[in-house]
Amino acid sequence: MSSVDPVSATLDAPAPSAAAPPGTSRPAAPRIVPRRRTGQWASAVAVLALLVPAAVSVVRNDAFQWDVVADYFLTDAVLRGLGLTLWLTVLVMALGFALGTLLATMRLSANPVLRGVSWGYVWLFRSMPVLVQLLFWFNIGALYPTILGVRTVDLLDPVAIAVIGLTLHEAAYAAEVVRGGILSVEKGQLEAAQSLGLGAWRRLRRIVLPQAMRAIVPPAGNMLIGTLKGTSIVSVIAVQDLLYSVQLVYHRTYQVIPLLLVATLWYVVVTSVLSAGQYLVERHYARGAAGAR
Amino acid sequence: MSTPSAMVEARGIHKSFGSLDVLKGVDLDVRAGEVTVVLGPSGSGKSTLLRTLNHLEKVDSGSVRVNGELVGYRRSGNKLYELRERDILKQRTKIGFVFQNFHLFPHLTVLENLVEAPVAALRRPKKDAVAGARALLDRVGLADKADAYPRTLSGGQQQRVAIARALALEPELLLFDEPTSALDPELVGEVLDVIKDLAHRGTTMIVVTHEIGFAREVADTVVFMDGGRIVEQGPPGQVLDHPRHERTKSFLSKVL
Ligand SMILES: Nc1ncnc2c1ncn2[C@@H]1O[C@H](COP(=O)(O)OP(=O)(O)O)[C@@H](O)[C@H]1O
Ligand SMILES: [Mg+2]
Repeated sequence: MSSVDPVSATLDAPAPSAAAPPGTSRPAAPRIVPRRRTGQWASAVAVLALLVPAAVSVVRNDAFQWDVVADYFLTDAVLRGLGLTLWLTVLVMALGFALGTLLATMRLSANPVLRGVSWGYVWLFRSMPVLVQLLFWFNIGALYPTILGVRTVDLLDPVAIAVIGLTLHEAAYAAEVVRGGILSVEKGQLEAAQSLGLGAWRRLRRIVLPQAMRAIVPPAGNMLIGTLKGTSIVSVIAVQDLLYSVQLVYHRTYQVIPLLLVATLWYVVVTSVLSAGQYLVERHYARGAAGAR
Repeated sequence: MSTPSAMVEARGIHKSFGSLDVLKGVDLDVRAGEVTVVLGPSGSGKSTLLRTLNHLEKVDSGSVRVNGELVGYRRSGNKLYELRERDILKQRTKIGFVFQNFHLFPHLTVLENLVEAPVAALRRPKKDAVAGARALLDRVGLADKADAYPRTLSGGQQQRVAIARALALEPELLLFDEPTSALDPELVGEVLDVIKDLAHRGTTMIVVTHEIGFAREVADTVVFMDGGRIVEQGPPGQVLDHPRHERTKSFLSKVL
């Protein structure tokens, strides 16, 4: 602090002021010096010291075969697999939340039968591993060889089974997320809506759900990303999603690691896009709330 | 016993929550165009009574008529059958309710708060509802806040919006449950002014409040409740200045 910079010099100099009585010099306002963040710097350096060599080894290690990754990243087979994964994710998420919202409103209804059925559903489908469920639906033909006169195997192809299995699983979790969201809305909101003569459907759609969304979106974003990756489980019933598509390639070429990297990179890319989307959706539903904007 | 012009006729209202008897036989008459102020200690059943008047709370026995129409029920022989939800909602559009904590819809703008019910419950064209809402906002002095979100307004402004929201349905009767109790003292006046203005326009109102000065100035009838019963009622000059019952006297000595 030997050299005095001009800005602080002017700040330190007592400015001649009309309010100050002549002859009295006001003491200079003390300058604010931020605390030194030595610990932060040290920990950052330590973490980088570990990370950089790891990153270098990943890039340098020829076994990763980044050239093979690049070759396959945009091939038709991989992109078709990615397309199916995205389509499955969106469909399962939409159907799962539609069914989940229905289950949540049943659970919160005055009707004890509806409440019980909803509770039982969530209990059953949260208890069952999704893999077990998929295998079960895959073998449903053993229980019901025909459904309404149509052979079960013709009716339910693996993709249909994947949609059904994943949706039923998703709905059980979505029901709890939506129920939590609805319960987070203050009771007075419902009473105000009732006293204004708004019908049950209008109350739910226009008053309760938009406010519930603030509590629903963060866990729903989590579920969406979980579902994206969770759809990879359908590869066990030979649905050609992203994972199964790269598996088909490496079973032929034995380039296991680079092809798994292809799938991984795509999962990372899509997850990143979804996370950004979640931020925008959260901001939308925070409108009017304390601290928004 | 009921005069032809009685707009509200509550008869023998009983209500309990579990083993707690909250209303123990309340009779209340309110004539069209009059202001009734309900006073009483906390827990005496004032809110519960008000809520039974628009069927937000179901009665255990007794009946409520507004403009001669049974609220919440249909009479057949000697039985009262609860109405379908749709019919109850229709009745509620004729009975405005203003809550202690406003209960504005926080995710809707002030204008949207006012437009929602006329459009959804009365099927008014959106354009008419918006025009009506703007006129009402002007009346409560908040024309410039139409596009604001409720949370950005002061408590007094929020309550004025809530009153305008209730008025947007052009109700025959307005119920106020302690409309100024959640407000900072300096904001009470602006809300009471809006209610006084409504009184001067001949709006039929039942107002639960602890504002004795307001009761003296605007009320046609003051009702004093205690322990789930109406202890005494009459013109403000009588109930406030010459209370006959000990409980009224001791309550007034505490709040005055
Ligand atoms: N939904 C409810 N469930 C149980 N008790 C209630 C309920 N609502 C009100 N009460 C009880 O009824 C009594 C009267 O309440 P309230 O009508 O709110 O009184 P006031 O408005 O005069 O303060 C209180 O003891 C309160 O705790
Ligand atoms: Mg009360």
